[in-house]
Amino acid sequence: MSRSSLLKNMSNNTKQTMTVVIALLVLMVVFSIASPYFLQTNNLMTIGLQTSITCITGYGLTFVLIAGAVDLSVGSCIAFTGVMCALLIQAGLSPSLAVVMTLLIGGLVGFLNAVMVTKMRMPPFIATLGALMALRGLALAITEAKPVFIDVPNFKLLAQYRLFGVIPLPVIYMLALGLLASFLLRKTVIGRNVFAVGSNEEAARLSGISVFKIQIFVYVFSGVMASVAGIILASRVTSGQPAIASGYEANAIAAAVIGGTSMRGGHGSIIGTIFGALILGVLMNGLNLMNISQNWQMFATGIVVIFAVYIDKLRSMQGV
Amino acid sequence: MDELLQVIGISKEFPGVKALSGVDFSLRAGEVHALIGENGAGKSTLMKILTGIHKADAGELLLKGKPYLPQTPKYAQQNGISMIYQEFNLIPDLTVAENIYLSREPRRFYNLLIDDAKMNRETQALLDSLNLQIKPTSKIYDLSVAEKQMVEIAKALVEKSDILILDEPTSALSENEVQKLFSIIRMLCKQGVAIIYISHRMEELSEIADRVTVMRDGRHIETANWADVTIPKLISLMVGRSITDQYPERNVAPGDVVFEANGMTNQKLKNVSLQVRSGEVLGIAGLMGAGRTEFVRAIFGADRIQAGQLIKNGSPIRVKNPVDAVRHKLAYLPEDRKKDGLMLDLEVDTNILAASLSSYATWGVVNEKKCREVVEEKINDLAIKTPSPRQIVQYLSGGNQQKVLIGRWLCRDSEVIIFDEPTRGIDVGAKYEVYCLINELAAAGAAIIMISSEMPEILGMSDRILVMCEGKVTGELSRSEATQERILSMASNLAINLSEN
Repeated sequence: MSRSSLLKNMSNNTKQTMTVVIALLVLMVVFSIASPYFLQTNNLMTIGLQTSITCITGYGLTFVLIAGAVDLSVGSCIAFTGVMCALLIQAGLSPSLAVVMTLLIGGLVGFLNAVMVTKMRMPPFIATLGALMALRGLALAITEAKPVFIDVPNFKLLAQYRLFGVIPLPVIYMLALGLLASFLLRKTVIGRNVFAVGSNEEAARLSGISVFKIQIFVYVFSGVMASVAGIILASRVTSGQPAIASGYEANAIAAAVIGGTSMRGGHGSIIGTIFGALILGVLMNGLNLMNISQNWQMFATGIVVIFAVYIDKLRSMQGV
Repeated sequence: MDELLQVIGISKEFPGVKALSGVDFSLRAGEVHALIGENGAGKSTLMKILTGIHKADAGELLLKGKPYLPQTPKYAQQNGISMIYQEFNLIPDLTVAENIYLSREPRRFYNLLIDDAKMNRETQALLDSLNLQIKPTSKIYDLSVAEKQMVEIAKALVEKSDILILDEPTSALSENEVQKLFSIIRMLCKQGVAIIYISHRMEELSEIADRVTVMRDGRHIETANWADVTIPKLISLMVGRSITDQYPERNVAPGDVVFEANGMTNQKLKNVSLQVRSGEVLGIAGLMGAGRTEFVRAIFGADRIQAGQLIKNGSPIRVKNPVDAVRHKLAYLPEDRKKDGLMLDLEVDTNILAASLSSYATWGVVNEKKCREVVEEKINDLAIKTPSPRQIVQYLSGGNQQKVLIGRWLCRDSEVIIFDEPTRGIDVGAKYEVYCLINELAAAGAAIIMISSEMPEILGMSDRILVMCEGKVTGELSRSEATQERILSMASNLAINLSEN
């Protein structure tokens, strides 16, 4: 089979994912030449650990973006749920019960976002921007802007334990949740309907799809994913930090968009988001190893995101 | 006679498609030149070359005898060629005058400020010259579809166009709005403007066209004086074969009343009712804005109602939203397929399954094999022309897109099927197929409600016809009673009221 017909036979989604994988490989080759330390297991695991937060939050954003909406509140939600988790443990709850409660709180935050967007008919951008500010304020207010320490030894294992002494648990969560998210999105009725709603909300409504239900689903999922990230972060720093994860919504959106999720709704994949998050993680890690300052790292990330959005725009102009 | 525009041997190839091969065409000052052909015949490509959107690969254009090489739409406009598209290019939040003078507003105070007074004055003069009752200061979103169309035409006239290209200009207009458009067209022709008029509607062309050019498969087939040809002849030239019946026979006696809507009332509807039997096609006729679409949307739960009751198979049903409607086996194929019907950037299979995914799932998990079978079956049964079930639906022709929507509701075994303008923008051959499908659905026992603004379609397809006007039912006619004149007189209460005022 010739190369061109091979390309023709791949679906657009596959083509997109291939592009992202190639970009990731190129980055990795460049950094492994630039720094001998880059490919060492320890460093790769650090990348995995750093990527997991962006990636897990990114799963939620992938759902929301495919549904044609956006959730800007996830960064604040990470901090808020982390603080809540710490407070619950301080109040004497067992770590496992505290984790379950925290996940529920994340779901509740998502539910409230969805109510603002559906029942109150607010534009998603504005509604979740409000939630971003409100949740951050709440996290700071209830802690008086001070960290809430967690001195239960078991809790820190959640994020700090390494499987076989090598793989950090958050990397495992990232992969397991990725499988779950991908299954929900591609194999279930509700996941498939997310695409329909994102592509054309009115057509979906007139086909008898409950748009309300779909939006509740994507926002609750996004809130729960943010709370998972909140718990992981709290476990890593063994405290609830009200000022943590500021701007993480941008990373999560960037991961999804780099991975081919459309800001206009209707298109996207979980595997794409994983690679998108890896590109961001590798980029920051590699630049770090090359002793490039945090400020320039941020600049580089921004350029990558702009480039990814531009690619998305090109795709839409070709009508793909 | 004077040839205003000559197109000589124009060819255009897109990757994989020969869109135009050696097309000739000519246009005379002051004529209405109908351009007809099925979708994909190359009409739009030719127009896009004339208006500078595409560049021809080969051939020559002569405008007033001089070579004409349009590079951009702006260049075409400056040379007096304007096109009015089916989808309007007006900005809803701006006023009529602001839209007409967009990017060429008259200025004052060292060219820094827009001279609103002058702009409105000149717009008023322009609208007056077209006998239009539109205010220059009205916002576009307050206008009817017909009025928007007139504003588009006025906008083209500000450019001092010699050639005006109209693409399906009447597809959203009611009968008397069409007449208004025609009188404007005739007036323009008297002033020497040449009109290229693209349409599928033969009856209207008979009224307005001086000459006609038929295209098929990217070729010029025939140019003739309209008076010298017959409609059947033109249709056979368009499709390359002859179509004997425009509307297929239906030989089913309608059964019992399966669905009733009683006293539907909201802002747009005043106590509207209907009954439909199984195996029956109930046509709803009326002018634009008569409340037909609002009526069926209210039935389907898409719009809120203040009062009204639905009865299916003898028992009342509650339909608060489309989810309820679909559960009660109602189906709705909206008039604007692209806006309200299809997920345009998703695949054929996703679109077919959109209303029925949960029926092919256990515990919320989709049964892929079952879905594939169902989609294959619908594609075969409805003869949907698509290279694969994974094809993005926007690349299908209008007829095939409509079949995809029909397929969507066949998956639900819908019992009451509402078609809103089922053949709008669909070419002649595919129209016939859609009619056959509607008949098959009726024959299988479905109750069909069909809204149409095309008089022959209403007359040719319906067993019974409801006529609506100003949100009320103003008449009901059986197939044998119905004539174009009777329907029109029932539908035009509005026009009479207006002239009294």
